[in-house]
Amino acid sequence: MTEAALQLIDVHKSFGHAKIIQGLNLEVAKGERHAIIGPNGAGKSTCFNLISGRFRPTSGRILLNGKEVGGKPAFEVNRLGLSRSFQVSNIFANMTVRENVRCSLLYSQGHGYAFWRNVGSSRELQEKTAWVLERVGLIDKAHTPAALLSYADQRTLEIAMTIAGDADVILLDEPTAGMSHSETEYAVELIRKATEGKTLVIVEHDMGVVFGLADRISVLVYGEIIATGKPEEIRGDPKVRSAYLGDDAEALTLGGAA
Amino acid sequence: MTTNMTTLAPSASEKFTQRALPFILFALLLIVIPFIGVSRGTLTLFNHIGINIVFALSYNMLLGRAGLLSFGHAVYLGLGGYFCVHILNWIADADGSGFWGNVPVFSLPIFGFAMGALAGAIIGWPSCRRAGTAFAMISLGVAELMSTAAFMFDSLFGGEMGISGDRMSGPKFFGLSMGPIEQVYYFIAFWTLVGTVAMYAFTRTPLGRLSEATRDNAERVQFIGYDPTRVRYLVFIFAGAFAGMAGGMSAVQDEIFTPDSLSLIPSGAILIATYIGGIRFFAGPIFGAILMTYMGSNLSDYTAGWLLYLGLMFISVVLFVPDGIAGLVFGFWRGIRSPGRYALIGKWITQILGLALVATSVIVVVEVAYRWSDGYGDVFAPFGFDLPHNGALTWVIGTLPLLAGILILRRVKRTESEA
Repeated sequence: MTEAALQLIDVHKSFGHAKIIQGLNLEVAKGERHAIIGPNGAGKSTCFNLISGRFRPTSGRILLNGKEVGGKPAFEVNRLGLSRSFQVSNIFANMTVRENVRCSLLYSQGHGYAFWRNVGSSRELQEKTAWVLERVGLIDKAHTPAALLSYADQRTLEIAMTIAGDADVILLDEPTAGMSHSETEYAVELIRKATEGKTLVIVEHDMGVVFGLADRISVLVYGEIIATGKPEEIRGDPKVRSAYLGDDAEALTLGGAA
Repeated sequence: MTTNMTTLAPSASEKFTQRALPFILFALLLIVIPFIGVSRGTLTLFNHIGINIVFALSYNMLLGRAGLLSFGHAVYLGLGGYFCVHILNWIADADGSGFWGNVPVFSLPIFGFAMGALAGAIIGWPSCRRAGTAFAMISLGVAELMSTAAFMFDSLFGGEMGISGDRMSGPKFFGLSMGPIEQVYYFIAFWTLVGTVAMYAFTRTPLGRLSEATRDNAERVQFIGYDPTRVRYLVFIFAGAFAGMAGGMSAVQDEIFTPDSLSLIPSGAILIATYIGGIRFFAGPIFGAILMTYMGSNLSDYTAGWLLYLGLMFISVVLFVPDGIAGLVFGFWRGIRSPGRYALIGKWITQILGLALVATSVIVVVEVAYRWSDGYGDVFAPFGFDLPHNGALTWVIGTLPLLAGILILRRVKRTESEA
């Protein structure tokens, strides 16, 4: 097997006395689409925050393409090729859609903190911005202030900003949360297209999305991964079924059927 | 790659009318002003306006663009200005020989810029680690520290008397001796234009855009590969540099700097001017600087209560017109070109009437009150009407128009929200 795109080795995270992540082991291969599921409060978002550098792990190692990133600040992790989206839209609200995407491109296009050139004069930057906007279908709203976008469009912009920088590992935190059925379908198609050839790790509650998109699934319960495997293995796993009670278990079945 | 360049980037003609044209008009205006027969006093006022335009724009790099509330921006103007007054003296002492002997006074704002940048780089290092309240508190502390320290180091800051210089020393620059006020005017006009163009250009650089992104959402900035602390720090250095440039302009215009120039008072004044002008627009601080400088120099001739009016105006802008003068100007410009312009004009006239009524009462109360409190027995007598503090007419004019004005303004507001 080739080197993993993302590898977590015995990662722990505590907040005071609360042990949120307790010995997390996860390996995501290059080009794999990996979903993390689990009941509310299982530590899925914390897991993303640890990988993306928002939180510092209490112990354990996090490797991105074989390089240690655990405890590095988020902007350094991003520069090493990992990009993430947020559960709650996390955009530059007072700037236009185009500016949002253009800002997300600046670093990967080698502009750094430059104060000696005009953002409008780089043809490559303009073209890449237009290309990203076209790809996610926001080109017609390029000049709309981000704060005025509809909820679904803000979620799409969130994804556009995440994929813009050409990171090879993409983390999406509940990208379809709060979307209608048709919006979800559109978003899944968009994610599939936009992350082609990249490594994708996704946290999602919608089982239809999870089973439709993921190559492999990990189930996170109380800060530990209780099962990892292909969708059909996960669906049949009794440990997983018992972790999901009531409505959630039903969702698992429905999702599997979808 | 497929491109939609045409739909995204503004066209060449749009770029010209939106970006180049305003600056060309501004430049023409600056050139024409001395030819319309203004007095020496007015030219001095224009010079101070130019200095404050650069200062306010530099302040808005922090407040409006980067979302950093500073209470100590005058420190950078002051340090740049002090440095330039010292240079004036070095130029005079060098008497035409050596490095300083060959530096024309015209170039002083460049040295002010460098000094402001240096001060920004040193003071910004600890202050930019935090945004929000912590940043504001640190800036307040720095301003207090610097103005107190300035009184302690007499050889550098000249004690209470400050340090003065002579702008006519040194080599001439394009035949300018810098003596006559007209020449100083062109010096100020030149650097005002340079500063304005440079600060506008800054907003269009990657760093300028990142500063807005950091203002909007510092957390997300990290996840597009940037360190928000670094962004703030770099912007802070530039804001300090342009404030220092304004200091260099001021050193040549006034030929003196005192420790008071580093204190909280000018820092607060530029905050108010910038905010009243409108922090969300690039041109906002320009409007604010013009109005505040004009008020400071002229209104004080008419009334001792002008600072009170300024304070009331500031509070009203914060409460009712958060986009400031620029918001009003651009709103008016959009309004008169929209199809509903007649309804809008009607609304504006009503609002102006309401404001005028409120202002009448406020002015009467303020003027009567301070005359009564200072105990000299002066009576406020506008247009020949005696309005003593215990006169019935005084209190009628002091209350009825206020109530009527508030009612009118509220009515307009209500119909606006219903529409």
